[in-house]
Amino acid sequence: MTLELTMTIGARHLELALSVGSTETVALMGANGAGKSSVLQALSGLVKPDAGHATLGGRPLFRLGTGSSARTSGTGDTGSAWLPPHQRGIGTLAQEPLLFPHLSVLDNVAFGPRSAGATKAAAATTAWQWLREVDAGDLAQRKPAQLSGGQAQRVALARALATDPELLLLDEPMAALDVNTTPFLRSLLKRVLAGRRAIIVTHDVLDALMLADRIIVMEHGRIVEAGPTAAVLTHPRSAFAASLAGLNVLSGSLSGSTLLMPDGVKVAGRPAGGPGAQAPHAAPEPLAEGGPEGMAAFAPSSVSVFLSPPAGSPRNCFQVRVTELEPHGGHIRVRASGLAADVSPAAIAELGLEPGTEVFFVVKAAEVVLYPA
Amino acid sequence: MQVLAPRNSPRRFGEPWQFQAVPRWIYLLAGVGALFILLPLFGMVAQVDWAAFIPLISSESSIAALGLSLRTATASTLLCIIFGIPLALVLARARFRGQGVLRALILLPLVVPPVVGGLALLYTFGRVAWIGQTFSTFGIDIAFSTTAVVMAQAFVALPFLVLSLEGSLRTAGQKYEAVAATLGARPSTVLRRITLPLVLPGLVSGAVLAFARSLGEFGATLTFAGSLQGVTRTLPLEIYLQRETDPDAAVALSFLLIAVSLVVVLLAYRTPRSPLRVLVRGSAPPQDVLP
Repeated sequence: MTLELTMTIGARHLELALSVGSTETVALMGANGAGKSSVLQALSGLVKPDAGHATLGGRPLFRLGTGSSARTSGTGDTGSAWLPPHQRGIGTLAQEPLLFPHLSVLDNVAFGPRSAGATKAAAATTAWQWLREVDAGDLAQRKPAQLSGGQAQRVALARALATDPELLLLDEPMAALDVNTTPFLRSLLKRVLAGRRAIIVTHDVLDALMLADRIIVMEHGRIVEAGPTAAVLTHPRSAFAASLAGLNVLSGSLSGSTLLMPDGVKVAGRPAGGPGAQAPHAAPEPLAEGGPEGMAAFAPSSVSVFLSPPAGSPRNCFQVRVTELEPHGGHIRVRASGLAADVSPAAIAELGLEPGTEVFFVVKAAEVVLYPA
Repeated sequence: MQVLAPRNSPRRFGEPWQFQAVPRWIYLLAGVGALFILLPLFGMVAQVDWAAFIPLISSESSIAALGLSLRTATASTLLCIIFGIPLALVLARARFRGQGVLRALILLPLVVPPVVGGLALLYTFGRVAWIGQTFSTFGIDIAFSTTAVVMAQAFVALPFLVLSLEGSLRTAGQKYEAVAATLGARPSTVLRRITLPLVLPGLVSGAVLAFARSLGEFGATLTFAGSLQGVTRTLPLEIYLQRETDPDAAVALSFLLIAVSLVVVLLAYRTPRSPLRVLVRGSAPPQDVLP
């Protein structure tokens, strides 16, 4: 009983397939415009893909033909089907709470059960139960305008859950909240998402770590990486996942304990699979011929910065030009040619680093993890 | 139409600032504009013969005209609500070919002289016209009846309600409706519990405009319904008729018409419990605002 989705939207260059187990939470991640929201809107029935099909727990959500067959008008096209949003049993929680402004908090939460045909009393009972579940029982009689952002989002969560959806779609549910209310909602989500099927679109790696069993990374309308959260974050393959994990990632062809990059640079490291290493996860689709066969990952904190190449054999040395300096938790993160190094402010001053400076990033081979792509 | 839109549009509170970027000379022009409306009103009120006011407005023909006006304007407003809500919904939400043309045609009565509207109705529903003839064979004569008055009023008033409501629907957007649908609400439930409550201010102001327009309708009524006392002679027609014979009575009745219109507008826009304010401030009494 899984969610199965295949869809294409030509105008947005979107083409993907995914499935979500019945008690699984999947984090859908990627840069803005990657198509994450389109996936959610197609699932909830607000946007019609050009082609594709989706089933949720054996129930068909939609089946849309490809190309010419979809255009044939009339009743001849029996393969085409589209379940309207209200029959899908898919709840949503968006960035904005979107509580109905004219209804009290209690009536907002009771709206779903009422629409499903519950009596007023039964719907109110369900609403009370969910309001208490999200710690908002004392807000029941208020109007949405009288709530803070965090309170409103909790009520919106209760409203979505009160319909007992088979799938919950969360579209950056914490993006509009201030930093003080985010942790509470996140732990609340962790509690209610346990044993529930959900897809969460987020930019925050903490959401993925705490809430998701799996991460799916999208780029330009395609899935570029998918796997268990821990595996994606320890052995990222896409640039996006690497930046999420806060790691430097290089790709090339692997041979033994070296990675040969396309530009001829060799990176020495230790192959993954040693004690404590995560089992490498499968790539979502076979990689194109001539593509990278292996990856090398290392943390910015393991990089030393020098003005001249140091002597010493078991080290990797990259000649780079500094592009950005930014504060990063007590250190200064030095970005240069797609790599990052964390250096103390004192060292920055001593080296006289500024954007444009030519430097050498040096990392010990023991700090570099190599794994197949 | 914008001038008559709700004063507080939903979800838009005034900034708590003392600053405003209105140049002073604007106040001068605004004052002139306000005087242009107010002076004639005062001028007419000054002409009212207060000593004879009650007898003037309580003549048999005046009472009949006032009663007919209130009844027909109410009926016409109801018609506008029943057909205006679907029209506004279709224009604001649906997408189909010829939508722009349809909107333009529906709004035509706003710009066409009412006499022309009355003629159009006469040549459609009149005794000699094609639809009118069909009705006639069933013994129903629409033209020159109270029904004709209501139809003439609805013809000129419907665009006011459609325009006001369509604007509200577009402003409200479809976000709440989409959320309601994902919560399992059927389209009819969404309409009843979400869409209409959210655009209630626009609906109320549209209905008030439609009522006021119906109350003041003259040209189309005279052309299509004629001027029969107690049957089709509404207050504006009575005023016009009295103007020739008894100018004092005409002025008194005009004052009455203004007073009735003012009460309606004030009721809709100024009461503390106005749906506008309840919706915007969320300061509703504990019970549901809506049935």
